[in-house]
Amino acid sequence: MQSTETLASFVQPARVHRQIYSDPAIFELELQRIFGVAWIYVGHESQVKKPGDYFRSFIGRKPVVLVRDAEGKICVIHNQCAHRGSLVVANDKGNTEEFQCCYHGWTYHLDGRLKAVPLQTGYPRDFDPKNPKTAMTQMPRVQSYRGFVFASEAADGPGLEEFLGYMTTSLDDMIDRAPDGEIEVAGGVFKHAYDGNWKIYLENLCDAAHPLFTHRSSIDAAQQQSDQVHSDGSGEIAIRQMRQNGAPYSFWETQVGIWTYPNGHSYLGDYHDDAKLVAALKDPVFREYIAAMEKKKGKEETRRVLEVRRWNSNVYPNLSFMSQFQQLRVVHPIAVNRTVVHTYNFRLKGAPEQMFRNTISFANTVNGTGSLVLTDDLEIYNRIGMGLSSEGAEWIEIGRGLQSDVSDSHGGRRGQNSTSEIYIRNMLEAWLSYMKNGHAEMRVAS
Amino acid sequence: MARKPKRQRRQALEQRRCEQFLLHEARLLDDGQFDDWLALFTSEAWYWVPSEPDQADPVETVSLIYDDRRLLETRVRRLASPRMYSQEPRSRTSRIVGNVTIEEGEANSCTVRSKFIMIEYRREQQRIFGGTAFHGLVQAGGRIMIAWKRIDLVNCDAPLDGITIPF
Repeated sequence: MQSTETLASFVQPARVHRQIYSDPAIFELELQRIFGVAWIYVGHESQVKKPGDYFRSFIGRKPVVLVRDAEGKICVIHNQCAHRGSLVVANDKGNTEEFQCCYHGWTYHLDGRLKAVPLQTGYPRDFDPKNPKTAMTQMPRVQSYRGFVFASEAADGPGLEEFLGYMTTSLDDMIDRAPDGEIEVAGGVFKHAYDGNWKIYLENLCDAAHPLFTHRSSIDAAQQQSDQVHSDGSGEIAIRQMRQNGAPYSFWETQVGIWTYPNGHSYLGDYHDDAKLVAALKDPVFREYIAAMEKKKGKEETRRVLEVRRWNSNVYPNLSFMSQFQQLRVVHPIAVNRTVVHTYNFRLKGAPEQMFRNTISFANTVNGTGSLVLTDDLEIYNRIGMGLSSEGAEWIEIGRGLQSDVSDSHGGRRGQNSTSEIYIRNMLEAWLSYMKNGHAEMRVAS
Repeated sequence: MARKPKRQRRQALEQRRCEQFLLHEARLLDDGQFDDWLALFTSEAWYWVPSEPDQADPVETVSLIYDDRRLLETRVRRLASPRMYSQEPRSRTSRIVGNVTIEEGEANSCTVRSKFIMIEYRREQQRIFGGTAFHGLVQAGGRIMIAWKRIDLVNCDAPLDGITIPF
């Protein structure tokens, strides 16, 4: 096991040691000190609308169930039988009155308390089925921010809103874009797998310097595509996005920004005004949407909402979402060199139905397993996984923008432009703090 | 007096012709002749690989692939790019097509259901995909074309690494 000093030496101002991406012992420690402590995104309340609705998720490697109990309360319980440790809930989602283990029939209330044990007389005399420890254990802390459910395995620590800090504004943007002020998970899920470390994924989501290179093949293919060929609308959205990835470096350097905040959070912003994505005002669907927004929220609030331009927002360590097209990704660390990412879509209540269809087309393009874009990202993750597993170049360079980053409001720091690697340095700062202290250190704005 | 040209006999889309067509298509894909594969599709064709078993439609739920004709063309053009890093090195595939039945149809259009197994080998890893294919076939001027194609993978909802070679 690495000492705290060694771990600290791995993260330096402009570089990081490859071992934190490849050492199984460090991965195990991350599960304890990061995923076992931080607020981990589990799911959205709309995935468990009615009492008895449940949804399977993970906190680090620990299988959990997000469930709405008989009283309507949201619970997150360990998906493990208190008897012999079997996984209790096997389906990804569903509705039930109780949970029952298929091994010896131990049965649990929706909130995880033990309800019934067959053949109870045979257990030792001190066996007490009412003992709260004999349960599908509830996570020590469960909190929602406006429907987004997080759980923490640490009994004490900063509250969810304190943890999220200024990132609440990105979550607000997910919801504010709904004319009815409400959103729901819809449209299925993508599950991506790659042979690489979980941190690699988050490090790519705000990387503004890679699209022009990594996505060259889809940029070229889209740029050469004739717009005269038949499209039902879905291909049009995909091709527009791929062409957008081909914006010159000068665009990324002048019109896109990267912001970082305490606890490892960050977002890429000022990117993709709606005109570039949906032909904005010329698009009848978008006009209809704006009309619905103005009717519910008024002109001024509608303008304010639409001027918020967040691309990917990352809540460290397991959540990334994109409010403009209602995408959300959850990172599941499986092993030091194996990661699975689940991606979801949200429906904006009160918006034209076609808006959601556009969201689906967009999801297929940027998050689809067979996407012309994502496949090259997955290739990068796999190659980094292979590259970092071998000795040789021990240090990874993450110094881009280091000399020019500046302090910003709300306790944040931003890159002078979007291609700064400040968001990686920021995540590693949080990483080191968790690994050293078991919690993120609130950064003092300089 | 010149002999009258023999009137070409119109052939229905019967079992054997459909089967031969599917084998031809599989061979083009295995051989990496993607332009020729694209030429099998009609000008308004769509190609769909759902993300869920029994998925109702490609517009309300995400799909592993859902291409209208325009995007399918872009997909095929990208496959020829030397900078498609997810195909460096290239995959090799081997497909078996069988259990072919004509589900419904008439002389010039029909829905063909078949089973397939595709082995994909790339960079020291071999993956096996299998499932059910549905082809909406039409014929015009004696030539069979694909109006739509749906691939239901057995493991469509599994965690998957990227899919780059069409089924």
